[in-house]
Amino acid sequence: MKKPFESIVTAHAQTVLRVCRVVVGAHDADDAWSETFLAAMRAYPDLPEDANVAAWLVTIAHRKCIDIIRAQRRHAIPVDELPAVPSSIGVPGADNHDLWDAVKALPPKQRQAVAYHYLVGLPYAEVAKILGGTTDAARRAASDGITNLRTTYPGALPEGASR
Amino acid sequence: MNDIASTDGPMNGGIGEPGVSALLAFTAADPEALASLHRALEAAADREGLLDVAYTSIDTPVGSLLLAATEKGLVRVAYDSENHDKVLDTLAARLGPRILRAPRRLDTAAREIAEYFAGLRTGFDLPLDFSLSSGFRQTVQRHLSRIAYGRTESYKEVARIVGNPNAVRAVGSACATNPLPVVVPCHRVLRTDGTLGGYIGGLAAKTTLLRLERAA
Repeated sequence: MKKPFESIVTAHAQTVLRVCRVVVGAHDADDAWSETFLAAMRAYPDLPEDANVAAWLVTIAHRKCIDIIRAQRRHAIPVDELPAVPSSIGVPGADNHDLWDAVKALPPKQRQAVAYHYLVGLPYAEVAKILGGTTDAARRAASDGITNLRTTYPGALPEGASR
Repeated sequence: MNDIASTDGPMNGGIGEPGVSALLAFTAADPEALASLHRALEAAADREGLLDVAYTSIDTPVGSLLLAATEKGLVRVAYDSENHDKVLDTLAARLGPRILRAPRRLDTAAREIAEYFAGLRTGFDLPLDFSLSSGFRQTVQRHLSRIAYGRTESYKEVARIVGNPNAVRAVGSACATNPLPVVVPCHRVLRTDGTLGGYIGGLAAKTTLLRLERAA
């Protein structure tokens, strides 16, 4: 039996917003989130009962974000706005602006792979399905993304963290 | 399932990966941002005709009441004792799963119910959707709204009025399965001897409603 859509929103609102913020930036993230959940709601009655809801939502968000990235390029608006509402959670030894720049500097595929694997927790096989391409390519994109983040944003790598 | 800020997706695969915790902190949304996104979703879904059922809950002298409405009208009022989450699951199965906590569609119902409990209102002027009941039960339930505020009828009288004097028991089950208690006043139906009979919200709630109406 299908749960009320409200429970889907409750469970995944935060995660989808994180994905949108990383993939299209804070400025367009709210639009991406809204379009994702509206499209999800439209399709929800046809979603198979045993579907992986997180993967389903990320797949929709992925498409909506690609539309937005295309529009961003078309309108050639410099995508360098600061997040509208910076996180109130401080990141020790760094300021959010730098991390934002670091995320933005990643190629889209790396941003997507990092978001879908590390922020949502999707396995690489699922990430690959969404990105198109092999599981290995998805793993590499995520790993390159994290490496690049560490390089351009040293604050992301805590002192002495040699895990 | 109402606190949209409290959950954070299925899992966090990145724990222990340097950089990921910073990203998580960086992308965290505050509850107000999520609440505002939720409100925008409610409005857009309603506008596009995607909202099978909108619901809210209100505090009343008989406890928290769940109010749910389709585009046609108020479709369900549920007592706390019925378990609101279970009621919503049932609505999803019967009316469609595109259900959101979307209080705006319930604004008028919420206001009229508040006025009723304040003793300021003796009848409801709300579009009602009876699609959760059918047949004889629905016939009985539609009749109940004609029992005047502050008056009562017996199960037997109701059976006679709806044209089926032998169906006293069926009247009882129609009242017991009333999807719109309080608004459709099944609490105004008593046993022939004047004792309460049953009530979907419990006898204490039935007594509260009858006292309220007698006092006004």
